Amino acid sequence: MTAPATSSRRLRFERLPLRRIILISLSIAIVYGVVAGSAATLRMGTFTAADWRSLVINGIARGSVYALIAIGYTLVYGILFMINFAHGEVFMSGAYTAFFVAVAFGRSGYLNAHPLVSIGAILIVSMVTSTLVAVILERVAYRPLRGAPRLVPLITAIGASFFLQYTFRGLYGAQARAYPTINVLQGTWTIFGVEILRTQVIVVVAAILLWIALFTFVAKTRTGRSMRAVGEDREIAALMGINVDRTIVATFAIGGALAGAAGILYVFLFNQVIFTMGFFPGIKAFTAAVLGGIGSVTGAAMGGLLLGVLEAVGPNLFLTGVGVPSPNQLQPVVAFGILVLVLIFLPGGFLGAPEEKRA
Amino acid sequence: MRTSKLWRITLLLAVLALIAGACTDSGGVPAECESDAFGCVEVGAGDPIEVGTLLVITGPNAFLGQDSQNGVVLAADYLDGTFDQVNGEIDGHVISFNHQDDGCSADGGQSGAQSLVSDTAIVAVIGTSCSSAALGVADKILSDRGIALISPSNTGPALTEPSQHQPFYLRTAHNDKLQGAAVANFAYNELGARTAATIHDGSPYADGLQQVFADRFVELGGEITVQDAIQVGDTDFTSVLTTVAANPPDVLYYPIFVAEGGLITQQARQTAGLENTTLIGSDGMLTQGFLDAAGEASIGMYLSGPDLSAFSGDAAFYAGAFKTAYAAQFGGEPGAAFHAHSYDAANMLFKAIEKVGIVDGDALYIPRTALKDALFETQGLVGITGTLNCNADGDCQSTATIGVYQVETPDSLPAAPVYSEVATLE
Repeated sequence: MTAPATSSRRLRFERLPLRRIILISLSIAIVYGVVAGSAATLRMGTFTAADWRSLVINGIARGSVYALIAIGYTLVYGILFMINFAHGEVFMSGAYTAFFVAVAFGRSGYLNAHPLVSIGAILIVSMVTSTLVAVILERVAYRPLRGAPRLVPLITAIGASFFLQYTFRGLYGAQARAYPTINVLQGTWTIFGVEILRTQVIVVVAAILLWIALFTFVAKTRTGRSMRAVGEDREIAALMGINVDRTIVATFAIGGALAGAAGILYVFLFNQVIFTMGFFPGIKAFTAAVLGGIGSVTGAAMGGLLLGVLEAVGPNLFLTGVGVPSPNQLQPVVAFGILVLVLIFLPGGFLGAPEEKRA
Repeated sequence: MRTSKLWRITLLLAVLALIAGACTDSGGVPAECESDAFGCVEVGAGDPIEVGTLLVITGPNAFLGQDSQNGVVLAADYLDGTFDQVNGEIDGHVISFNHQDDGCSADGGQSGAQSLVSDTAIVAVIGTSCSSAALGVADKILSDRGIALISPSNTGPALTEPSQHQPFYLRTAHNDKLQGAAVANFAYNELGARTAATIHDGSPYADGLQQVFADRFVELGGEITVQDAIQVGDTDFTSVLTTVAANPPDVLYYPIFVAEGGLITQQARQTAGLENTTLIGSDGMLTQGFLDAAGEASIGMYLSGPDLSAFSGDAAFYAGAFKTAYAAQFGGEPGAAFHAHSYDAANMLFKAIEKVGIVDGDALYIPRTALKDALFETQGLVGITGTLNCNADGDCQSTATIGVYQVETPDSLPAAPVYSEVATLE
């Protein structure tokens, strides 16, 4: 981003201030809009405190799902420096396959008679499917391109994404389907005096548990250590006796398993599967990973939560007061506007490694 | 520009026609073809008459388009007076189809229409399913080539607004000026609702329909609390529903499509504050696909659409031979509400081809502009849905019976509406 060292002093002098002036005035405009819009909205008093609370909780719940998917992007990036654009489809494949298990349980009545066992089985099917898809993807689509320029696996990933989407369309059909209702998940729990949907509580708690498990795994186990070593320097790691191929497969498998779990949490929240369901969550999780600093597991979780809350609260808070009609249609505009703002000041995201370390 | 382009096309067609004419036994092209601005479709001896369809046959809205496509196929089948799964003939030429997908989106409509115009044998097109695929896209592309486009299920008011209407565009579906008003009447008079909120998805269909509803609802004395919108492809609508629930309305009207409609239905059931709000959707969601997507959350909600139990046309034929043939050929009950409209659209087209087609030996020449004029001249044609009278803006269903259905089970579409209203376009 900075001007090359060879450029003359005069050029530098002219370029940098102009760029900074534009950036700073842009950020001031955005910050001013956000503050003024929020103040106007709060003055209007359309929404009660309970409304805001439920918006934030909704945001945290969807943000947790983004966070789990984002970890898959970030793990692969941290080790291979490639963006696995097909990760959204890994997420879809698990949730969609587990749908058939859920329907079978639902028909026989087993689902509501033994909900815990059923949910466990559904979760395992989803995680196993996603893991398999991720591992096969690595073996078939990415490993043969390991030495190729970075753009090649990126384009392959986009191709793989479409391939998976349309394979699942061919296998399972093109329509949207509703998961059967699981009675124990219906209704609300009162936590600290606030009524929260059971599904949202479960999603957030499950996401936190999975994140802790992953963190411990990466920090404490042998495989976790070799993952970090391969991410640091692949050649040296290989010289030290680490099996690089196996480590990469393990990375894809862990990312896939988390995506499979995220798929089921997503289904708890939205109760619907369709072959295109991986696309938007995939893009948003990727955004969350960039926001948090791609390569950082903690950053991905932070980015996911922040993006979810911004999407849920942003349009109503910033735009209602200014009198923008249909504010919720602008959800992505608000969320991605803030993303741009963050990246202007923190180009590496919140917890990203400095730019030079990557190449 | 335009005249010179027309000239070039005419000239080109004339030259092509001369070459074609020189190769056939009859020698020469009928004078009507040379005088027609878009020339003729020439159907050679033994060749079929090719009709295009441009309906949404993939994706979450596939039930809507597949059902309409089935109606067109049945019309061709019954052209010879029997449902025998053999297409009928006009002047010795059998009907054949080129089925394309409109994707229920502007870019889907564009690519589908492009591939249809590249096939010069296409006489006319039945489509599109979704207004977004037609408005400014398929209607323009086909009109520019002189190919008539007859929609069985576009209901967006903008398509037949004189300022936007494309010269070769017609529809047998009702205009949403009728449907939106009928839903408002139902909500205000039958449900006793006094406040309503609407959600649309930015498509010309949903935006147009909710606006007609809102205008009529206010006219009746009701109050609109919120008119918000969502993004197609999004899945979390809790924010927009919280906005609606901040001031809970009696009725929430979201005339959108299957995937987002299903999610909103489920999420609305879980939103605090909307427990006493009645949910209403429209014909874009009156499909089995929507019931699959929404599941049990759809039970009790209302969906508007054409009143299939009160067609003013050939109702006995519909309930008897038509439904039997439909079940025999496609297995089971119709999955959406526009198979009868597409059946009527196809028959309207066949009548017009019979009227303007010029038989020359074994060949058939169909002048394009004359075919379009014949379609617009359709008056008093009794179809299944009613009597078709096309006006200058392309609306052929000037009087329509709009029904409001209540979902009883997510396993099948409700058979008869709980409310029905005959409405006439001014």
